[in-house]
Amino acid sequence: MLDLDDIQHFLLTRTPALAARYEFLSFPAVDRGRAWLKGILERVGTARAVGGSLLDARWVSVAFTWNGLKTLGVDQPSLATFPPEFQQGMAPRAAVLGLTGKNAPEHWVGDLASPDLHAIVILFARDVPERERCKTEHQRHVTESGVRVLSSLDLEAIPPLEYAHEHFGYRDRLSQPAVEGAGAEPTPGSGPPIKPGEFFLGYPDEMGLVPPPPQPEVLSRNGSFLAYFRMQEHVGVFRDFLAQQGKTPEEQELVAAKLMGRWRSGAPLVLAPEREDPALGADMQRNNDFDYAKMDPHGYACPVGSHVRRMNPRDTGENMQRRKMIRRGGTYGPHLPDDAPEDGHERGIAAFVGCASLVRQFEFTMNVWANDPDFMSLGNERDPIIGTHDGSYDMTIPRRPIRKKIQGLPAFTTVRGGAYFFLPGIRALKFLADGPSASARTTAAASARTS
Amino acid sequence: MTVADWSKPAAKAIPKEGYFELAQGRFGPVFPRTPACYGFTVIAKVKPGKEQVVREYGATIEKAVAADPGVLAPLKLHYLRWVLFDVGSGLHFMYQGIFDTDFDKYLEDAIALFNATGLTTVFMNLEGWPEDWRTNLQAVIKFFRDHQRPSFLEYGEYPYVSATDIKKALRLKAAFGAVLDEMQ
Repeated sequence: MLDLDDIQHFLLTRTPALAARYEFLSFPAVDRGRAWLKGILERVGTARAVGGSLLDARWVSVAFTWNGLKTLGVDQPSLATFPPEFQQGMAPRAAVLGLTGKNAPEHWVGDLASPDLHAIVILFARDVPERERCKTEHQRHVTESGVRVLSSLDLEAIPPLEYAHEHFGYRDRLSQPAVEGAGAEPTPGSGPPIKPGEFFLGYPDEMGLVPPPPQPEVLSRNGSFLAYFRMQEHVGVFRDFLAQQGKTPEEQELVAAKLMGRWRSGAPLVLAPEREDPALGADMQRNNDFDYAKMDPHGYACPVGSHVRRMNPRDTGENMQRRKMIRRGGTYGPHLPDDAPEDGHERGIAAFVGCASLVRQFEFTMNVWANDPDFMSLGNERDPIIGTHDGSYDMTIPRRPIRKKIQGLPAFTTVRGGAYFFLPGIRALKFLADGPSASARTTAAASARTS
Repeated sequence: MTVADWSKPAAKAIPKEGYFELAQGRFGPVFPRTPACYGFTVIAKVKPGKEQVVREYGATIEKAVAADPGVLAPLKLHYLRWVLFDVGSGLHFMYQGIFDTDFDKYLEDAIALFNATGLTTVFMNLEGWPEDWRTNLQAVIKFFRDHQRPSFLEYGEYPYVSATDIKKALRLKAAFGAVLDEMQ
């Protein structure tokens, strides 16, 4: 049974937020970090509180890097029980993720590769005015507690606001794993619900076992790991590319769909191979109800190397229940209207994936599905949307009688930063705010009383 | 991916480390693809008195593959060789696989398959196998990493050809043969 009173709402509840702000913090000293955490703790919503009422105007989540846990006073023996990839952080492992060239940490912004990055506070707000109000309030708290803001990022949904989509115009949030015991049923075609241990520490996972959690258990239980990445989308490059690849708008839309594996409406190519079908795209009862091995083995509808087929190979992948992740995030930067030329502003997606194992879930996805050129024996391809590109990789679009091969795919996106965080449960936040040594004294006193 | 001429046999000498340039995978250095594809050679000492258990497992795998020929497909194997030997330092088991995927990339899939087919029962009879292997993936990975013995020479008569390509060629040959039969 999921402890909804202790798990932060972040990965279990989708809030109706149209604006957000991420602040990346550094704690100059342990007492300042604790003072900051104490002051914000009560604003962090549990899964039960937030899930029960979405009438709130803002939602707060707090997570820490390994260096952040260290700065807050977690002792070395405990720190050593956290997984090695979390201890190292994302920047030193960027090459494992395929983040090389322009995606490499030396080009990142916002001090995200710095060991001084200790925490992130994630604010989701119902609208921009509420975001601005919270921003001012938090600024005051930062000043009072004496912590440092390394960088921040404002996010806003882009028009049309009726459905979630990113700057290229593709509908987003179509595939979300349903966590067993969290209430939501998986949409048709999404497979069975996933065991909570795949996302939250201290619960049975898909192996039916509870892996040994980092210590002390009060710190790790009900926590999750988050991989954060900020990915710039080069909308001008993308539109120019489509214009080169297709003579008519219909031809261009087909190329856009082949790169993604879905039409911009979200309609999957396996179910709508020839033309856009907005009603299908919007219908959650139908838009995931397909497979690849039986319905499209050669990729004539949905190319084997397309983004959605790489990120979820469905029945053509192995061990799929152990690779699922919960995604959260949104778009940043101004909307670029359809008829407007590239304006040079940075725009993109700043997102989190939540999981129980960064190396098995997130790093696998990046290392193998996104950036392995020989994924599914394709030979020289990477994920056309989120893969690392320098113009030397191809994209094969299977079709009869002869496939179409796009050579030298440009980079449509650039990773501008990333980090690994631990998203603790509420009790763990209190444990960190009180100071692990204070908690140890409390525990010792309690055991002295009972003995 | 190495673009190579399959019709030209090739040999490659490999440095002691097992790789030419250090490329970090998720779990450590990545071992390269050679003219003989990817390889995985694990050698470990058999626990005293367990020879028969390990030996009998050969027949178990034979039955499992006969019952479901696709059972080992996720490993993308060409060949698998299991050898028991004793050259004076006790009985050792060698698991040697030749396959088409970078082992680092699909390690968890392989371990899941080892669990599902009961292959782990063989490993449990080897010295150094972690007691908490069911829950401690890191320890299992470390076992395989510690006991992997990279080759220092690999040779391919038809280098860098995947099992998929070989099967495609044989299917084409069969299909072409059938077409010719129809034309008699």
